[in-house]
Amino acid sequence: MALLSFERKYRVRGGTLVGGDLFDFWIGPFYVGFFGVTTAFFAGLGTALIFYGASLGPTWNPWLISIAPPDIRYGLGFAPLKAGGLWQIITICAVGAFCSWALREVEICRKLGMGYHVPIAFGVAIFAYVSLVVIRPILLGAWGFGFPYGIFSHLDWVSNTGYQYLHFHYNPAHMIAVSFFFTTTLALALHGGLVLSAVNPREGPNGELGEVKSPEYEDAFFRDTIGYSVGTLGIHRVGLFLALSAGFWSAICIIISGPLWTRGWPEWWSWWLNLPIWA
Amino acid sequence: MIRVATITSSITCGVLLVALAGCEFGPKAIEQTGYRGTGGDQIIAKKRLIAQPIPAPPYDLPADGGPTAAQTYQNVKVAGAMSAERFNHLMASMNQWVAPQTGDPTKVGCNYCHNPENMASDEKYTKVVARRMLQMTLNINANWSSHVKATGVTCYTCHRGYAVPRNVWARADAPGEPTRIMGNKHGQDTPTPTTGYASLPYDSFSSYLGANGNIRVAGKTPLRTAPAGASIARTEKTYGLMVHMSSALNVNCTFCHNTDSFGSWSNSRPQRVTAWYGIRMVRNVNEAYIGSLTSVFPANRKGPHGDVYKVNCTTCHQGLNKPLGGVSMLKDYPYLAKPTLAPAVVPATPTAPRAAPTTTAAVAPGAAAVGTVGGN
Repeated sequence: MALLSFERKYRVRGGTLVGGDLFDFWIGPFYVGFFGVTTAFFAGLGTALIFYGASLGPTWNPWLISIAPPDIRYGLGFAPLKAGGLWQIITICAVGAFCSWALREVEICRKLGMGYHVPIAFGVAIFAYVSLVVIRPILLGAWGFGFPYGIFSHLDWVSNTGYQYLHFHYNPAHMIAVSFFFTTTLALALHGGLVLSAVNPREGPNGELGEVKSPEYEDAFFRDTIGYSVGTLGIHRVGLFLALSAGFWSAICIIISGPLWTRGWPEWWSWWLNLPIWA
Repeated sequence: MIRVATITSSITCGVLLVALAGCEFGPKAIEQTGYRGTGGDQIIAKKRLIAQPIPAPPYDLPADGGPTAAQTYQNVKVAGAMSAERFNHLMASMNQWVAPQTGDPTKVGCNYCHNPENMASDEKYTKVVARRMLQMTLNINANWSSHVKATGVTCYTCHRGYAVPRNVWARADAPGEPTRIMGNKHGQDTPTPTTGYASLPYDSFSSYLGANGNIRVAGKTPLRTAPAGASIARTEKTYGLMVHMSSALNVNCTFCHNTDSFGSWSNSRPQRVTAWYGIRMVRNVNEAYIGSLTSVFPANRKGPHGDVYKVNCTTCHQGLNKPLGGVSMLKDYPYLAKPTLAPAVVPATPTAPRAAPTTTAAVAPGAAAVGTVGGN
C-alpha cells in the first residue's frame, strides 16, 4: 500500500504508548515512534558491540565469529567486558531491541484499531529467546548458561547442551515442540495449497483465464476429504495456535532441562514404566 | 452441568501435576567443564551426589618389620613378604570390607573364607577368590595409575561391606536366541538403568568390558569413510557403554567429550584419557582376574549364562566421578600400594597407550576472548 497515492490518509496520528507526538512520524514507508528509536538504538549498539567483539577475537570468518557468555564462576554478576561482559551487554541490547520492536507493533495496531495478534505472536518468539539467555541462566544461577552468539558456536552449544541430557529427543516438551513445528508446516502447506487451488486456477487450453472459486469450494474440498472444514477464518486461528505452541514448547523444553531435570531425558519416562497398572 | 472449560482445566491441572511430579526440584551442583559458551557444563541435582563414607581401619597400622607372613603362617602365596603384623591388619581389614558379619556362624567373618580348624586350607572357594582379588588390587595400584592415579584402590572401593559388590554384570543376551521376526528385540529396546532407560543395546559390556572390542565407529573425514565394521548397531552399542559410564559417574557426555566430534582427542578433555585407560583396566580385571576364577566360583555366583559376575564403571564409582569422593585409603593400608607385593601370577600388561591425547582443559580451543568453535 505504501506505493499508492492514497497511502497518506492511513497514516493515523496518535495511538502511541509513550512520547506523545514526539516520534509520531514516518521515514519513507516506515513508522518511527518512540519504540522505533529505541529499536534502532539497541540494534545499532548491539551490532556494533558484536563487531567490536569480533575484532577482539581470533577470526573474521563470519561462520566462526563467536561472542561467548561469561564463565559460570561469575554467576549472575557482571563479567569483565572481554570475558563475557560483551555478551551480557549484547544480550541486553537484543532483548531491548526485540521488545522495542514488539511495542512498536503495538503502537501501529493502536493507530489502525487492530487487534494485538502480531505483537503477541512476536512476543512468543521473544519469550523463546529470553528463555535461553535470561530465564534458564537465572534459574541455574549463572549467565554462563546462555548460548554464544556465533553461527557455528551456537550450534556447538546446542549439541553439547543436548548431550548433557544424553538424548534430547526424549525431552517431553521437545517432543511436543517438534510435533507442533511439523504440524505448523503441514497446516501451512495445506492452507497455501488450498488457497492457490481455488484462487489461482490454471489457464484453459486456449490461454483463457481460469475461473476463481469461492471459499465454499475450499470448505467443500476438506469436507469431502476429511469430513470437516475449519473455515476460512478458523484456519488462521489454527495456524497461529500451532505456530505459537511450537515456539512456546521450545522455550519450555530448554527451561526444564537443568532447572527441573538433570538426568538423561530417556530416564524421565520411567514414570510410565512405573505406572501401578503394570509395574 | 459440567462445562467444557471445567473439564479442560481439570485435565490441564492433572497433567501439570503429573509432569511436576516427574521433576527434580532442589539445589543443583553446577560445574563448567568446557570453554565458556560451549555448553560444556555439568548440572546435577545435589541430592544425587551421595557421599561415600570410608570406614575406619580395624586398628592402627602396626609398624613394619618382624617376622614375615610367610615365616609365620602356611600357604601365604601373595602377601608372604609382608610382616606378619601387617598381614594380620590386612586380614582384619578384608574381614571388615568384604566378609558378611551376620548369618550362619560358619560363613561369617574370618570363616567366610577360612576353615577355622585350618586357616591355611584353601578348601573354601572364597579364599581362592580373595587371594586372586588381592593380586588384582595390588596389580591395579601398581600398574594402572593411568586410571586410579595416586588414589589407588582397596577391596572396599568395590565391596563396600558386601561379599559380592552390589554393581556387577554378567552376560545379558540369551544364548542361541532363535532368530524370530516377532518378539526378537535384538538385544535392545528394553529400558534398563544400564542404558539410561533408552532404547539402546543393553549388553554393551560383553563387547567392550568383557572383550577387547574397540570403539571405532566415527569416520575421520567429512564424507562417509567409516572404519571397517562400523555400523549403526555397533555405534548404538558404543552409546550403550557411554551411557553406562555417564550414569556410573553421574556426569554427562561433556564431562569428557566435545560433541561436535566425539572421536576427536584434541577436542576432548583430559578426563577422556583417564576413562580410556579405565576401560582397559576394567577389561584387564575382568579377563585376567575375575574371568580366571570361572572354574572356582559355584553356580550361584554366576550369571544366568554361566559367566562370572564382572565389574564395570559403577562397581567402583557408584555415582561419583571419583570413587569414595576421591579420598585415597592407601595411607591407612600402605602395603596395598607396594609394587614389591605385586608379583601377580599373571602380571598385567597395560594395553599400549595410544598417542598421547591433548591435555588442554577446554572443550573448545582457544584461550582468546572469543573462541573459534567448530573449526575442526
